[in-house]
Amino acid sequence: MKIGYYPGCSLESSAKEYDRATRLVARHLGIQLYDLNDWNCCGATAAHSTDHFLAAALPARNLMIAEEMGLNVTVPCAACYQRLRLAHRELTENEATAREIAELLGRPYQGKVRIYSLLETIAGIGLDQLAAQVVRPLKELKVACYYGCLLVRPPGTGCDDPENPRLMDELLLAAKAEVLDWGYKNECCGASLVFSERRLALRLIRNILRNAVDAGATSIACACPLCQTNLDTRQGQVNKEFGTSFAIPIFYFPQLLGLAMGLYPQDLGLGKHFIDPQRAIKAVGG
Amino acid sequence: MPRIGVFVCWCGSNIGGVLDCPAIAQEAASFPGVVYSTEYKYVCSDPGQKLIVDAVKEHRLERVVVASCSPRLHEETFRQVLRRSGLNPYFFEMANLREHCSWVHPDTTVREQAQRKAVDLVRRAVAKAARLEPLFPGKIPVVRRCLVIGGGIAGIQTALDVADAGLEVLLVEREPTIGGNMVKLDKTFPTLDCSACISTPKMVAVAQHPNIRLYTYAQVEEVTGYIGNFKARIRQKARYVDHSKCNGCGTCWTRCPVTVPDDFNLGLGERGAIYIPFPQAVPNKPVIDLEHCRRSTRGKCGACAKLCPTGAIDYEQKDEFVDVEVGAIIVATGYGLFPWEKVYGEYGYGRFRDVITGLMFERMVNASGPTGGKIQRPSSGKEPKTVVFIQCVGSRDEARGKEYCSRFCCMYTAKHAHQILEKIPGSEVYVFYIDVRTFGKGYEEFYRRVRDEGAVYIRGRVSKVYQDGSKLIVRGADTLLGEQVEIAADMVVLATGAVPAAGAADVARMIGIPQDKDGFFQEAHPKLRPVETHTGGVYLAGTCQGPKDIPDTVSQASGAAAKVCGLLLRDELETNPLVSKVNEALCTGCLACQPVCPYRAIQPVTITERLPGQPPRERVVARVNEGLCQGCGACTVACRAGAIDLKGFTNKQLIAEVDALCL
Amino acid sequence: MILLGGKNATEKDSVGAVVRASGHATLLHCYQCGKCTAGCPLAFGMDYNPNQIIRLLQLGRMKQVLGSRAIWICAGCWTCTTRCPCSIDIARVMDSLRVIARREGQTAQGRDVASFNDLFLQSVRRYGRVFELSVVLGLNVRRRRLFHDADLGRFMLARGKLRFTAEKIKGVKEVRRLFSRQGAPVRTRKERVKE
Repeated sequence: MKIGYYPGCSLESSAKEYDRATRLVARHLGIQLYDLNDWNCCGATAAHSTDHFLAAALPARNLMIAEEMGLNVTVPCAACYQRLRLAHRELTENEATAREIAELLGRPYQGKVRIYSLLETIAGIGLDQLAAQVVRPLKELKVACYYGCLLVRPPGTGCDDPENPRLMDELLLAAKAEVLDWGYKNECCGASLVFSERRLALRLIRNILRNAVDAGATSIACACPLCQTNLDTRQGQVNKEFGTSFAIPIFYFPQLLGLAMGLYPQDLGLGKHFIDPQRAIKAVGG
Repeated sequence: MPRIGVFVCWCGSNIGGVLDCPAIAQEAASFPGVVYSTEYKYVCSDPGQKLIVDAVKEHRLERVVVASCSPRLHEETFRQVLRRSGLNPYFFEMANLREHCSWVHPDTTVREQAQRKAVDLVRRAVAKAARLEPLFPGKIPVVRRCLVIGGGIAGIQTALDVADAGLEVLLVEREPTIGGNMVKLDKTFPTLDCSACISTPKMVAVAQHPNIRLYTYAQVEEVTGYIGNFKARIRQKARYVDHSKCNGCGTCWTRCPVTVPDDFNLGLGERGAIYIPFPQAVPNKPVIDLEHCRRSTRGKCGACAKLCPTGAIDYEQKDEFVDVEVGAIIVATGYGLFPWEKVYGEYGYGRFRDVITGLMFERMVNASGPTGGKIQRPSSGKEPKTVVFIQCVGSRDEARGKEYCSRFCCMYTAKHAHQILEKIPGSEVYVFYIDVRTFGKGYEEFYRRVRDEGAVYIRGRVSKVYQDGSKLIVRGADTLLGEQVEIAADMVVLATGAVPAAGAADVARMIGIPQDKDGFFQEAHPKLRPVETHTGGVYLAGTCQGPKDIPDTVSQASGAAAKVCGLLLRDELETNPLVSKVNEALCTGCLACQPVCPYRAIQPVTITERLPGQPPRERVVARVNEGLCQGCGACTVACRAGAIDLKGFTNKQLIAEVDALCL
Repeated sequence: MILLGGKNATEKDSVGAVVRASGHATLLHCYQCGKCTAGCPLAFGMDYNPNQIIRLLQLGRMKQVLGSRAIWICAGCWTCTTRCPCSIDIARVMDSLRVIARREGQTAQGRDVASFNDLFLQSVRRYGRVFELSVVLGLNVRRRRLFHDADLGRFMLARGKLRFTAEKIKGVKEVRRLFSRQGAPVRTRKERVKE
């Protein structure tokens, strides 16, 4: 299967391991990822909080590139995914905006590109297919799948049920992990608010970690670089602020899939986490 | 001693979950007279009923006791079972193990006591059952005519429905026209139908119906008799216009030199001393308001008499009385508005002219009203740009108003808000509310539409309205924001709640209908008998029973009509045999029983007594009218001689019950 | 004290702007059930709850809304929009409010959020992609807290998760053209002079 790949800015720096694991797992599953040529930033929260036009225009350029390449797009980052979906909607529904962007970029967008989250793309090969690739079942892994906000909201652009998303659960079930039902799978981690209103964001992160641990989780799986970074790297700050002692590893879901397929932990970027996932990896025999 | 059978019901887990029913049945078997005793999951069910029928046959039972729920629920059910078993239906007694025991003693710590109480309740029922006597309902003939009191939309609808069924109807209305409050309204929510357009055809239909006799400007003054056989006296107030001569040409009312504030328009317009309330009035003939007529106040004028082409004016006319016999009465006396001027000083006690009521707004916005449909400030005649609505004025106010919700105000206010936004471009509408109640079909959608049109709803009650120059300052709060709000308004419209119509208490006393704590007429059962009263043959329609909107009023009116048809289309009625009976041999004729009877069922009669060896002598005794008696038993208590017994609850039976419980 | 009626209702126009910018005419639908606030993960940190923001807009209290901290605390999680029974896109209303507040220079309550957004977009404008280090450091400089989150920085550095150099994408000129639109938020000094 061929599909365009839009990694987004984070996957080039703070979430390198997400990028690495995604490419490895995709190759292993026979999904051919084609990086969009010379893609640009989607604008993220900064754009839609500042200017409605930019919020549509920045992702639009990427959609045009994909259209020129004749590919649909898969997006690993939840924020990028939502921005691309919303921009696609704006461009196909709002003629004035579409025209203005087309004029500025010197080409139109036909609206042919379909945008998928990485979850959908991997699930798209079939759960049986995936299960057949599992050589190291994640039996000992009690994992809480964390979806956050932008993969599932607002309705209409989300890739799963906004109130009880199941895609990641299904994928990890196929890898024989023990997935948990828990209440905070679609709560907000604070996203970029952590940079400007850290204390508020830490409270949200604390709540998510607490709920996962209370549900019996020994690890959390994510599908968003900002979610992972917030939940992983901020655990020290959370513990300091609230007197807690969280030390729960936060994985990108393709890292776990990769483990189950027998890929090397180091290749999956598992050495790059703030909370050392060694114990969890050992538990599954990695 | 008659042969008694006892049937203990589990009522599923309602009784069976708390009490040990087999143990109760077992113990009951040892009570005097009991020859058969059993228990079953649901005695009221089909197999349960069959259990009784079979046992009566097999064990030759003569009395039946069912220990289950309240007699209000299933007494009649089981009486029918007895009838089917070939027993007199009144050879039946019930012990209430559910409402009187298992439901009120669910606590496991009092299980034992509850069980003992249950056994005692059954013991009591058995003791009474042993002393039951056969009772037989009597028959009374029925007058196939119905009296409807009140000519608003409820009275109109119910009169038309009864008349359409082929029964004769007398419709009595105290105002000069029928139509009531509904005909004063401009449009009806949520469909925005013109109120007059949908109600005046019905008014005309009433006037033209061959089965309806219409009495306007008339009042029912006295009601006697009982179900199927009432007598009523109607006072036809003097109109000072002979309606048999008048042709409604209108010369008199257009030329009357007197001007009086117009009560139909709630004082927003004026009328003459001779007038019709509004152009589509039914009948379309005038009356003279003698209090304001110049001929009566100054002794000279007589313009109307001089101008009348048919010589219909008759200043000497007197009130007349009509006595009628009817089989049923439908009361449809309607509602009035809460007298806010007397209570709410913070809204100005009625002294600010631009603070008006919802009904005044209806007249104002009505094309045939005093302003020709123009919304204007009463103070200046100018169009208001900022209008504030205050909901729940008099409603939901335990301290100074009424505790209840008047139900229709939320919706009429929403409609008014819509009308202002529609008719006055650039206007601002603010609605202060506590909760918005949109209970009917299409109501919530209408409320949403009005908000979309720009009506700003503010959750909070207004604390004060005061005049500031030409503006009214409305001081409230937005409780959702937790902030005070002050609005400079041009007009304030109060959603005054509904109260029973003036004179409702007199009607209640005259007919013998209980009133609830707020003065509305009490229905026989709030859910299952909403149009009946506790007085046989008397029914309720519309807002006299409680605030309701037009659809509910019309539904209830048709419901009452159906009840009346069900009653009057029979040849004769079965009377309830559970009534009081005077033992004339013991009665001393003191008549202490007469004033305690709420149904006026007791009258003195003179009897001729023949005692052996003495000359016959006449004496007065009390006699119960079985058609009127509702079996309340008040007279039996008042009777010092012990001469009155309530059938089915005789002194002998009651004492046996007390003995069974206490000895 | 909220004053309404006649001349007090002059702010209505600017609320209309929010309604329009939000692509919805449904703001007036809101019956204040509070479900948005109930589900808002950040309501605890707001001066006005989300439902109160909508309420103030219904009352035409634009200044009060633009001066609130709540609009900057909103993280854009879309929970409110997802669950609103009146189909109001509250998250987008919040976006619109931030856009207007920034345009009108009313960012006092959300200086850090606005700075972050500015720095982020500047980076995108300059390179075509965001250069994370410059955004974070820029924010620290603006806040005069140079070593804020320094521990995290050290960690990221050690794991090779921070890039030190930014690379421009080839089509950066195209990206800049998107920023060149009249009234665009991030402008060069030259553009500002021209305007």
